[in-house]
Amino acid sequence: MTLPSATLVAQSALSGLFIGGLYGLMGLGLGLSWGLLHVINLAHFALAFLAAYLCYQLASVGGMDPFATLALIVPLCFAFGVALQWLLSRFDLSPLNSLLATFGLTAIVEAGIQGVWTADFRKLETPYAALHWQVGTLYVPAAELVTLAAAVGLSFAVYAAMRFTDLGRALRALAEDAPIASAFGIDARRHALVLSGVCGALAGIAGVCLALSFTLTPSQMYAWIGVVFATVMLGGLGSPLGPLAAGIVIGVSEALTSAFVSPSWAPIVSFTLLIALLLARPGRA
Amino acid sequence: MSLVHRVARGVAALVIFVAAGAFAQGQPPIRIGSTLALTGPLAATSLVHKVVGEIYVEQLNRRGGLLGRPVEWIVRDDQSKPDLARTLYEQLITVDKVDLLMGPYATGAILSAMGVAQRYNKVLVHHTFGIPAQAKYDMQFPAWSLGPTPEVSVPNTVFDALAASPAPPKTIAVVTSKFPSVHFMSLGARDVAKKRGLNEVLFLEWDFGNLDYGPIAARIKDANPDFLWVGAIGLEGNQLLEAMSKIGYTPKEHFYMYPAPGPMSKSALARNALSMTVFEEHPPFTSAPGAKEFIELYHARAAKAGIPDTAVEVQAAASYTAWQILEAGVRGAGSLDDKAIGAWLHTHPVDTIQGKLRFDGPHNYGDDLMRVKQVQDGHWVTVYPAAYAAPGATLRVQ
Repeated sequence: MTLPSATLVAQSALSGLFIGGLYGLMGLGLGLSWGLLHVINLAHFALAFLAAYLCYQLASVGGMDPFATLALIVPLCFAFGVALQWLLSRFDLSPLNSLLATFGLTAIVEAGIQGVWTADFRKLETPYAALHWQVGTLYVPAAELVTLAAAVGLSFAVYAAMRFTDLGRALRALAEDAPIASAFGIDARRHALVLSGVCGALAGIAGVCLALSFTLTPSQMYAWIGVVFATVMLGGLGSPLGPLAAGIVIGVSEALTSAFVSPSWAPIVSFTLLIALLLARPGRA
Repeated sequence: MSLVHRVARGVAALVIFVAAGAFAQGQPPIRIGSTLALTGPLAATSLVHKVVGEIYVEQLNRRGGLLGRPVEWIVRDDQSKPDLARTLYEQLITVDKVDLLMGPYATGAILSAMGVAQRYNKVLVHHTFGIPAQAKYDMQFPAWSLGPTPEVSVPNTVFDALAASPAPPKTIAVVTSKFPSVHFMSLGARDVAKKRGLNEVLFLEWDFGNLDYGPIAARIKDANPDFLWVGAIGLEGNQLLEAMSKIGYTPKEHFYMYPAPGPMSKSALARNALSMTVFEEHPPFTSAPGAKEFIELYHARAAKAGIPDTAVEVQAAASYTAWQILEAGVRGAGSLDDKAIGAWLHTHPVDTIQGKLRFDGPHNYGDDLMRVKQVQDGHWVTVYPAAYAAPGATLRVQ
């Protein structure tokens, strides 16, 4: 067996870093919803894909710059998140039941996407897709770099908001002990609506990043569920920085497995890491 | 004969014709049942089969239907799930009591439907079954003219085309999805390449549904083969091309097993990409009876259905072929009896838009009619063998 070249290893690691950033970005909203609201929101993936299709539509047909579509998509996704939390709160669902309910919603959104855009492949053609920089022997694609920057920026922004703002402190208090937090005057319902809206907005941003780098087809949303769930569990439920770190660890590990061994071994990595973590720290997830 | 007699005979003929038509209209329809993956990961391609089926049934009814009866097509959504396809075919036979079956899309669902058809002794004509050795039922009839051993014949056709090109490759990389009907072809390509003296510089496999093609692209770039065989299905080929482009690599000569035809031909990155075909929109394929009318109808209907690429190529042609086989079988047998239809098809070749198909070989497969096509100027054109090449088209190399 010959060892891969340094360029191959470095380029693969870079690729893993970028995909890991996207795992982290997808997992950020999911993890916050799961950890702080106790809602395992599978519709997060559907919302991200809906946002990706909206970006495709606005940019391809409407002629907007893909990044400008965020001005419309983010508020829409925020509203979707608020509406979803309002709906779920009417039923007082357990986390497991929220998983089932949002799975149903995911199927409905998928059918809606298919009804509007058909099941065929849709590719957002933008100048950003071909834009890249060469650093030595390595190639750095612009769209993926933007995704990674968004993931890092948003993760730290959410971390700062959770740590240094009254809203963040209130949300953490509610997650810790809702009755006591309420006794101190925190409006649990209003805060949950805001947080769910933020998670929706994060899904919207992830969706735009998806549209920049990936060809879209409605059923593709299911391909992300396993690895993003592993990312969230590995990173810690409700943690703002955990999913980013876990996503990068998984992405780079998968990429290096592909470079050194075989791409067919790569999917095993994320779940092996997850199982190892659960064995080492059973209370983590 | 006097003018009065001639008029009288003409009126009588007209009355008989109208009465026969009215009788046919009064007959209960012949019901043909099938499933298609109208939702799920295979839905994009299944939509092609749905449009083609609707076109064919309309054409058939305009021609007077089958055996003097109109034809009705009942299609259920198997959601891209072979297990659901099995259940739905059971229902079509036992609850809906359809007269005939048409196959689903794709290999997994066809295999499921085949088991049900065998249990009820029904003829199953199918569009795109990719692993002939697994088609063990005597009354299944393939429209996908791969021949009985495509894992040998298809790579040989590709390597013959390359050997005849101005720059025959000396090294090869085989990278492949583990999607079943693709994977076995890629393993076959490895064996054939070895026998033909090509030096394999890379072999990689990935799981269907892979999200990150960056490391695969990096390994291909590192190996830098003369010829890249990509065992890809659907969008995998495009994803790999995009990943290679992002690291500044363009493959020298490259082949894709079952690409998403529209997205690949429209991609600037797919310049000179090769694949296989049984039909393209150029002579000599368009000279087949009915081909031109079908192409015109398909363009309009596919556009109406929201299919981005409205060209008739492999999938649409295979689908149309399947309906031609079923119609020929029923007309040839003169009955809806499955055993009679099966017996007729075993002994009679059928003229289709992809050529003459016979069902007397191993697993009811006849000749391998796969040709080599290439993306040239944003379109797929057949380039090999010369007898099937588009006018003026030859295999281009980078």
